[in-house]
Amino acid sequence: MGTHSHHHDYNFNERYEFAGKAKMFSIIAVVLGVAAVAIGLLSGDHVTVERTYANLLLMGYYFTCVCAAGTFFVALQYVTQSAWSAGLVRIPQAMASVLPIASLILLVIVGLGLTTHNLYHHWNADGITDPHSTNFDPIIAGKSAYLNVPFFLIRQVVFMGTYSIFAVIFAKLSYKEDLEGGLTSYKKSFKLSAIFLVIFGFTTPIWSFDTVMSLEAHWFSTMFGWYNFAAMWVSGISCITIIVVVLKKAGYMNWVNENHLHDLGKLMFGFSIFWTYVWFAQFMLIWYSNIPEETVYFYKRWEPEYKPWFWLSIIINFVAPLLLLVDRDAKRKQNVMLFVAILLLAGHWLDYYIMIMPGTVAEHRGFGIIEIGTALGFLGLFIFLVMSKLSKQALVPKNHPFLDESLHHQI
Amino acid sequence: MSNTKYILGSFADPDEMMHGIDKLQANNISIYDCFTPMPIHGIEAKLGVRPSRLPIAAFCFGALGTTLGFSLLYYTMAYDWPMNIGGKPSFGMPNFVPVTFEVTILLCALGMVATFFFRNHLFPGRTPRVMDLRATDDRFILAVDAKENTDHALIDSLLKEAGAVEVKYNDRKYVSYE
Repeated sequence: MGTHSHHHDYNFNERYEFAGKAKMFSIIAVVLGVAAVAIGLLSGDHVTVERTYANLLLMGYYFTCVCAAGTFFVALQYVTQSAWSAGLVRIPQAMASVLPIASLILLVIVGLGLTTHNLYHHWNADGITDPHSTNFDPIIAGKSAYLNVPFFLIRQVVFMGTYSIFAVIFAKLSYKEDLEGGLTSYKKSFKLSAIFLVIFGFTTPIWSFDTVMSLEAHWFSTMFGWYNFAAMWVSGISCITIIVVVLKKAGYMNWVNENHLHDLGKLMFGFSIFWTYVWFAQFMLIWYSNIPEETVYFYKRWEPEYKPWFWLSIIINFVAPLLLLVDRDAKRKQNVMLFVAILLLAGHWLDYYIMIMPGTVAEHRGFGIIEIGTALGFLGLFIFLVMSKLSKQALVPKNHPFLDESLHHQI
Repeated sequence: MSNTKYILGSFADPDEMMHGIDKLQANNISIYDCFTPMPIHGIEAKLGVRPSRLPIAAFCFGALGTTLGFSLLYYTMAYDWPMNIGGKPSFGMPNFVPVTFEVTILLCALGMVATFFFRNHLFPGRTPRVMDLRATDDRFILAVDAKENTDHALIDSLLKEAGAVEVKYNDRKYVSYE
C-alpha cells in the first residue's frame, strides 16, 4: 500500500438524511422533556419547582458545554493543522452550529432562575449586601462587586455570545470552502481559531465559576474551571464518537475507519484521566489543608444522600474508561467505543448532578420523572438540532486541504 | 556456492520499495528485513511484523513503580517514622496518590526506554549495527537472506524491475564498524 497507489470510491457529496425513526424519537423525547418540566414547574410545590430549575440548569449547561466542546474541537483542529480529523470534522461543526441555540436556552434558564430566586439565591437575595438587613451576608457582600445580577448576566451574554459567533463563522467558512475551494477559508479559520482558543481558554473557567460554582457562593476553587473544562471536553468527544459510530453503522462515512476511531478513543481515554487529575487535585488540596470554608463543599457531598453517587461518578468517569480503553484494540472497535462514550455521557451527567444539586436542592434531591424527563428532553433536542444541521451539508468538507491525508490516516 | 549472505535492494523511492516487497512476496521470496530513513505507513502489516510488545513492558514497569512508590511511602510515612502532619492519619490515602503516581510514570518511562535500547542493542559504548549506511540517509533498503533464497538471479531481476537503483551482494551481515 503506497501512499498514492490507493484509489477510493468515496462519495464526498454524501449527505446524512435525517428522517424516519431517528427524527420521530428525538421529537418524542423533546415532547416528553417539555411535559416533565411542565409537571415540575406547575406542581406548585416550592421544592419541586427548585428541583426542576436545578435540572434545567444541569441539562442546559451540559447541552451548551457539549456544543462549545464541538466549537473547541473545530478550532483546535485548525490551530494544530490536524489532518486525521478532516473526514469527520463536519460532526463537531454541526454541534458548534447549535451552540447559539443552546446558549440562548441556557440564558433563559439562568435568567428565569435568577428572577424567580430558584437558582443562585445564595448570593441573590433581598438585602444580602445591606449591613442593616437581617439577610446580610458579609462574605457575599465582599464578593458583590463581581457577583451581582447585572454583571453576572452581562458576562453570560458576552461569553456565550462570543463563543456562538465564532462557532457560526467556523461553520460558514467551511461551507464556503466546499463551494469555492482554495486555501482562503482555511487560512482565515486558522487565524480565527487561534484567537478563539485564547478567548475560550481564559473565559470558560470564569463561565463555569458563574454558572455552576456560584450556586454555593461562599466556596471557591480555582481548579473548578479546569475541572469543568475537562468534563466538557470529555463529553464533547464522547458525543462526536457516538455520532461517528451511529453514522457508520447506518452506512455513512465509509472514509472514517478504525484509525480515526482510535484517535477519538485516545482523546476520550486521555481526557478522562485529565478529568480525574483535576478532580483529584481539587479534592486533595482541600482534604489536606482541611480549612472549614473549603471542606464545606465536600462535606455536603459526603452526606449520606450524595456519597454513593460521589463515588459512582469516580468509577464511571475514571475507572471505567481506564480499564475499558487502555487496550489498543478496544479503541478501534466501534461497539466498545460506543459503549464507553454512552457511559461517559451518563457519567458526566452524574458529575454535573453532584456539582449542582447539593448547592440547590440539597437534601431534597431526587431521581425521578423530572431528572429523567429533563435529560431525555435535552437529549432529544440535541439529536434533533445537531442531526438536522448535519443533514443540511455534505458529510465531509471535500475541499479541506488535509482531507487526502485524513483518508490515509493510519496509526 | 557464493559467500553472499544478504542481498540488498536499494531504492530511492518508498513506493518503489513497497512495490518490491509485493514482487518478492508474490514469488515466495522471504524478506529478512527492511530499513528506511523514515516511518512508512502500513509496512509492518505488509511484512507481517508482529505488533510491538513494548506496551507489556511498560505495564510491568508501571506496576513495579506503583508497588515501589507505595511501599516507600508506607515505610517512611506510616511504618518507620510516623509523623503528625496537620492531624492527618499517617496512613492517609489521598496524599499517597501523587507520589505513587509520579513513581509509576517515572519507572514506566525509564523502563520503556531501557527495554527499547536493550532490544535494539543501543546501549552506550555499543557500535550501532547497520546493514546499509544509506538506510539512515536517503535510501530504502530491502534485505533478503541469500542462504535461504537461492535463486539470486531472480531476486536481482525482481528488485531491479521494481525500481531498485542498486543491488548489493554482501558477504557480511553488517557493514558498520565492528
